[in-house]
Amino acid sequence: MKKLILACLLVMAPVAALAAGGKSCGKIECDAFDVDLHDKAALQRGAQVYMNYCMGCHALRYARYERTANDLGIPAEMVQGNLMFGDSKIGDLMQNALPDAQGKKWFGAAPPDLTLIARRRGPEWLYTYLHSFYVDPARPYGANNLVFPDVGMPHALYELQGQQVCKPAWKIAANGGIARDPVTYENLEDEHYPCGRVEHVAGTGQLTPEEYDRTVADLVSFLEYVGEPMQLERQRIGIFTMLFLLLLLIVAWMLNREYWKDVH
Amino acid sequence: MIKLLVGLRDWVDARLPIMRAWDTHMGKYYAPKNFNFWYFFGVLSLFVLVNQLLTGIWLTMSYVPSAEAAFASVEYIMRDVEMGWLIRYLHSTGASAFFAVVYLHMFRGLMYGSYKKPRELVWIFGMLIYLALMAEGFLGYVLPWGQMSYWGAQVIVSLFGAIPVIGPDLEQWVRGDYLISGITLNRFFALHVVAVPIILLALVVLHLLALHEVGSNNPDGIEIKKNKDANGIPKDGIAFHPYYTVHDIVGVVVFLFVFCAIVFFAPEMGGYFIEYANFEEANALKTPDHIAPVWYYTPFYAMLRATTLEWFGLSSKFWGFVVMGGAVAIFFVLPWIDRSPVKSWRYKGLATKIAIPVFAVVFLILGYLGAIPAEGTFLGMERKAAAQYLTIVYFAFFFLMPIYTSLESTKPVPERVTMR
Repeated sequence: MKKLILACLLVMAPVAALAAGGKSCGKIECDAFDVDLHDKAALQRGAQVYMNYCMGCHALRYARYERTANDLGIPAEMVQGNLMFGDSKIGDLMQNALPDAQGKKWFGAAPPDLTLIARRRGPEWLYTYLHSFYVDPARPYGANNLVFPDVGMPHALYELQGQQVCKPAWKIAANGGIARDPVTYENLEDEHYPCGRVEHVAGTGQLTPEEYDRTVADLVSFLEYVGEPMQLERQRIGIFTMLFLLLLLIVAWMLNREYWKDVH
Repeated sequence: MIKLLVGLRDWVDARLPIMRAWDTHMGKYYAPKNFNFWYFFGVLSLFVLVNQLLTGIWLTMSYVPSAEAAFASVEYIMRDVEMGWLIRYLHSTGASAFFAVVYLHMFRGLMYGSYKKPRELVWIFGMLIYLALMAEGFLGYVLPWGQMSYWGAQVIVSLFGAIPVIGPDLEQWVRGDYLISGITLNRFFALHVVAVPIILLALVVLHLLALHEVGSNNPDGIEIKKNKDANGIPKDGIAFHPYYTVHDIVGVVVFLFVFCAIVFFAPEMGGYFIEYANFEEANALKTPDHIAPVWYYTPFYAMLRATTLEWFGLSSKFWGFVVMGGAVAIFFVLPWIDRSPVKSWRYKGLATKIAIPVFAVVFLILGYLGAIPAEGTFLGMERKAAAQYLTIVYFAFFFLMPIYTSLESTKPVPERVTMR
């Protein structure tokens, strides 16, 4: 038994050590964000936001309209009428009309395909990124991003979110929390990082900050879905597989015991 | 019906010794009865090999080996091919599982002295399998044509360029181009699906034939053939079939339990079975910030990066290549540098009982260091310096082995195997 435990530790040690490293969001910490792929309404809203605000530049060229419509429970006619571009057919890949060369000319780099972006970056990164645009007159499109400095992309959701400005990072106290003024108890700013957090300008944008949070959450959930559309099916089959293996283990164990009971 | 089948069997057996082959390798192959947990990993390696061959064949049916279409064809398999995602995850998880079980299989050999006389050839064939497997894993990792596929290939192939005089030409010959390109991808595909699997299969056959000739070792390191009963059957042996076949089925199911948990619930395994950067298509103009090989190469990668020697005016990259190659090659001489009169560490002295666990821990830490960026600190030490010290310990394990194995006092080996 002692050896079995040792063996298990040997197997698990590298995996545990490696799994400790997570994804980072550039200089700032990622916001916590969990995707719920069972929430179809959220995925549908996310698909709508994607088609309206992202698809013009970012194709989803490994996914198909029909599969996406079926998985998300959107009727095919509705997809054809509202979400598809040009003369695409329902079984087509989700391409757009922006050639790479044109995109490079406009933005400095061709806007990447986003089919796999949630698998590449992780949903927390995307959620944080879409919350981290701020006004920066030095950039060609007037916007910069804390998570992805000097990104070529303009703030595509500007009309929804409104304006954000960059503020100094909060000063970190000796105990690791945010340092506060001893008299007023207000958070203190760290002058060493003049641009370390973003702040929303109240009253700008079509959505309230809470509505914007939800919109971004929907969008990121949709991207998580489209990155691995079979994810729920995979987990469902997985549960049945594990149950089957459990039964098989019992049978195999008893068979083995039967043969070995007389061996000493 | 039964009569017909028996007739067919006898007809074939008169022309091809299938009954003898079955007896030699299964029905009358007597294995020591004291195999423990560590003896599952041989059969598991075989099991994973079959998984890789089958899923691999199905993947080639839809995969397109060209720079323009490779990445998209993998996504086509993941999305449009019926159950394609399962076939691919079985293959990608299988690659990591293969190395996991092979490393544990090798560690078993190290603990119980399975490489020692008369099993030197079993060990040599095993090491050749390991080499072929490393090549196979590397070639296969390039095929999805993601960023890590591309830049990993770039780093590894460029090592050939560090060889003096012939290096640059050799590097170009391996790539077939001035940089990693579709031409490289095509030849790697050919090697991955045809050439290396044939070599691998041939070596597995040789490994097993050599093993069944001399018989299996066991945790006590006792030669069971020295103690036979009146019928010439080893007293401590037991027929492989049915005893170890039913035993191994349990091992296979337990293995499948872990394997399927990964396939169905964490196929990326936190970015270490499928690296996140590989979800971005290969781009020759965009170098990733951090190029890391898959986990099973990282101990050797750490040694490569840690080497800063520039002896005889040759580059540190060349010496890193030598150190990395040497770290693998040195396993080959294990049967001759272990001077101990006993096989199993159960009866070896204190030095071996310390050296083997230390070696295992050093190997794991090197693996960790190879997976993280080279700059920074590890336990308050420069990572590079830590990797250098550990590399020295790694080699010391082998170089000092003739000394500590011949000096240490061993315990008497019992006559018969112990069941514990």
